[in-house]
Amino acid sequence: MTGIGRRAVLAGFAAATLPRPALAQGARVVVVGGGFGGATAARALHRAGLSVTLVEPAETYLACPFSNEVIAGLRPMAAQVFGYEALRAAGVTVARTSAEAIDGAARRVRLGDGTTLDYDRLILSPGIAMRFDALPGYDAAAAEVMPHAWKAGAQTELLARQLAAMPDNGTVVLAVPGNPYRCPPGPYERASLIAWFLKTRKPRAKLIVLDAKDTFSKQKLFEQAWKTLYPDTLEYVPLAAGGQVTSVDSGAMSVATDFSTYKADVACIIPPQRAAPIAAAAGVADRSGWCPIDPVTFESRLVPRIHVIGDAAIAGAMPKSAFAANAQAKVCADAVIDLLAERAPAAPKLVNTCYSLVAPGYGISVAGVYHPDKGVLADVEGAGGTSPLDAPDAVRRQEAVYAEDWYRTITSAVFG
Amino acid sequence: MRAGLLFLLLATPAAAAPPGASSCSGCHGAPGGAVPSLSGHAAEEIAASLAAFRAGTRPATVMNRIAKGFSDEESRAIAQWLAGGGQ
Repeated sequence: MTGIGRRAVLAGFAAATLPRPALAQGARVVVVGGGFGGATAARALHRAGLSVTLVEPAETYLACPFSNEVIAGLRPMAAQVFGYEALRAAGVTVARTSAEAIDGAARRVRLGDGTTLDYDRLILSPGIAMRFDALPGYDAAAAEVMPHAWKAGAQTELLARQLAAMPDNGTVVLAVPGNPYRCPPGPYERASLIAWFLKTRKPRAKLIVLDAKDTFSKQKLFEQAWKTLYPDTLEYVPLAAGGQVTSVDSGAMSVATDFSTYKADVACIIPPQRAAPIAAAAGVADRSGWCPIDPVTFESRLVPRIHVIGDAAIAGAMPKSAFAANAQAKVCADAVIDLLAERAPAAPKLVNTCYSLVAPGYGISVAGVYHPDKGVLADVEGAGGTSPLDAPDAVRRQEAVYAEDWYRTITSAVFG
Repeated sequence: MRAGLLFLLLATPAAAAPPGASSCSGCHGAPGGAVPSLSGHAAEEIAASLAAFRAGTRPATVMNRIAKGFSDEESRAIAQWLAGGGQ
């Protein structure tokens, strides 16, 4: 018996309040996707003594949280890169290959290396894909000219390079999609940090933010900060003022709305998104492109024994965030353990906290508590909300420190 | 003896996290960070902190907003689980 096994036995003695029936023996759980959701789920299941395989083709994970700081030159890309060595060292089996197909009836995953994995329960945490069919003119080739930078990596570095190289009196256009999309406050943090970059490095340059909606996460806090910090740099155009982008031309570097055409020196186009393609291939994505789930177990509404967590899931009031994916993964792992033991999982509660930086040392947050209600994950009334509008500078500084600390903690818990 | 231990392992994995408890480690990690670690605190201490955050009597940036999502009973269950080494 391993040391981990002995500790688990002792923990079993100590915490015998909710003993679970046996059935973990021989149960096979496969986790597809090694991001904040999948890597967390694999660790939690392994810790509970289950046999789990994490399927992830990439050698390293490139984290999106704080990648807006990389874009603004405040942080090296290396701070976003994490490996799977620690998961392997902890005993998690990591299959470094892609999941090509999932047969929900046969409960089998076909892998990119030609092998298959059978499962009793599968946790799918596939993340997002850009919809290159949604915005005329914006396809994969256009994204090499007008980066979305909505998946961290080469796109992040491309946008950072473009900003650094643009003319001192240039124009940046940032296009923001309608809901739902990954990281609801992310585009506005990006707008803030690009504005900070321009104000400090190219004070004659402008940023135009074209938004397909009128309301957004932490809106009053962002708008207050923009008015104070970036009044001459950042122009925000909401849907009601004609902000919805209707087409782009990457050759002409132009971005069109129903009312105007904007010429850009740098154009960051965040397009509409959907769950990554493996979700549709597995039959767990609906016509919206996202995955409906049971709010207690995260089991797919469409295919039994496949659980979907993270950005790909339709998680009701919960945003698509790294924090949410991590919280969902732990709840989902507990539910999978219960279901394998043929025991009904208890209704969970989940927390989300998302920090945004509007400038270095100036942080704001939104938090929420969620529970299953009428078949969806709903806000617990009376809880959650944003940082106060009238907070002193010291609170903004403190929240910026907490944001950094959150990133260190969660990446250490998931990948460290 | 060995077979007995193995049976026990499979029969009684660690207790499930009470509602909300597993979310805490999203921010609260090892000691030494800006966000206080939850390890090494007694259940009574954690439950009292959550009650004070909920009542608004303890200064906070975000915990006041989060604690309002939990009842006294839920907070005590979370506190006990955390004090027992849950994460």
